[in-house]
Amino acid sequence: MAIKDYIRQRYFPQMWCPGCGHGTILNSLLRAVDELGLDKNSIVMTSGIGCSARISGYVDFHSLHTLHGRALAFATGVKLSKPELQLLVPMGDGDALAIGGNHFIHAARRNIDITAIVMNNRIYGMTGGQYSPLSGPGKKATTAPYTTIDNEFDVVNLSIAAGASFVARSTTYHVLECIDILKKAISHKGFAVVEILSQCPTHYGRKNKEGDAIQMLEVQKKTTAKLGSKALEDDPTLIPRGIFVDIDAPEYCQEYDKIVESAMKSANSSNSSSSNENRISLTTKSCVTQGE
Amino acid sequence: MARLKLKEHIINRDWCKGCGICVHFCPKKVLELDSQEKVVVVRPEDCICCKLCELRCPDLAIEVIHE
Repeated sequence: MAIKDYIRQRYFPQMWCPGCGHGTILNSLLRAVDELGLDKNSIVMTSGIGCSARISGYVDFHSLHTLHGRALAFATGVKLSKPELQLLVPMGDGDALAIGGNHFIHAARRNIDITAIVMNNRIYGMTGGQYSPLSGPGKKATTAPYTTIDNEFDVVNLSIAAGASFVARSTTYHVLECIDILKKAISHKGFAVVEILSQCPTHYGRKNKEGDAIQMLEVQKKTTAKLGSKALEDDPTLIPRGIFVDIDAPEYCQEYDKIVESAMKSANSSNSSSSNENRISLTTKSCVTQGE
Repeated sequence: MARLKLKEHIINRDWCKGCGICVHFCPKKVLELDSQEKVVVVRPEDCICCKLCELRCPDLAIEVIHE
């Protein structure tokens, strides 16, 4: 299928500013889905609020445009009720880690089979350029005219610590790498986090004198290096790109199925057991009902 | 790998916002922005069909068709 078959063409041209990296992320994501040959009816995209969240309106998948920061909570609900569906959750940096910070770490802890994409442009673009938990110290924003003093989260380290079983980082400059990582993340069974560094020329770029979209992409090219590369070894201040974690870990929906199965077994066996054991199994049964 | 032969560039002028990312990062400088700040193909004979313009375009406005 062509890329155009995966989008809702009636909503184009899209609403993002000229040169916004979010469009490139949409482009890469569509290519990853296309190259994996996924059926668009098997994909659900949930998103929260913000520039990044508008992505769910442009894709011709099942889509849910939900509450600020709650995209992962909705995705968890969809995945548990229909585990056969593929969940894609693109989120902005503020959406994922400020407003939705708790949902993010707990989804990672559960290792539920969802692909979370953090579209990190280091600012709240839609509301006028307020600093986000990923802006980092010394950056200018409308809410920090004399620069920020807050340290930023490291999405990769945070996700690893929270228990995500696939963690990667790429940029909108390195498109081929980005498509490759997204393909691996979508195919991964478990909670996959992909941080994609994006550019916001309108707010972040202008406030921090980083120039237009082209110059911001040049910055991404210069300030990042592939994991295990000579460049990263020589200069550890560079931002590493690549796949940091890719492990097999028990997946939440499968574990849940096992619990249901063992509960059903004990419920069935209690029906045929002697009256002596009935008291104990009844307690188990009531626990199961509560659990459901 | 045999060199890919270009057929055409399909440019959607309604979707192009003239950000210039494709123009700047084209390794062969095939593209330029016109007076209306929309991308145009000026040196199609130099195109090596690497598709980096197509992949980086935030507006899905350019497509490279090869034989």
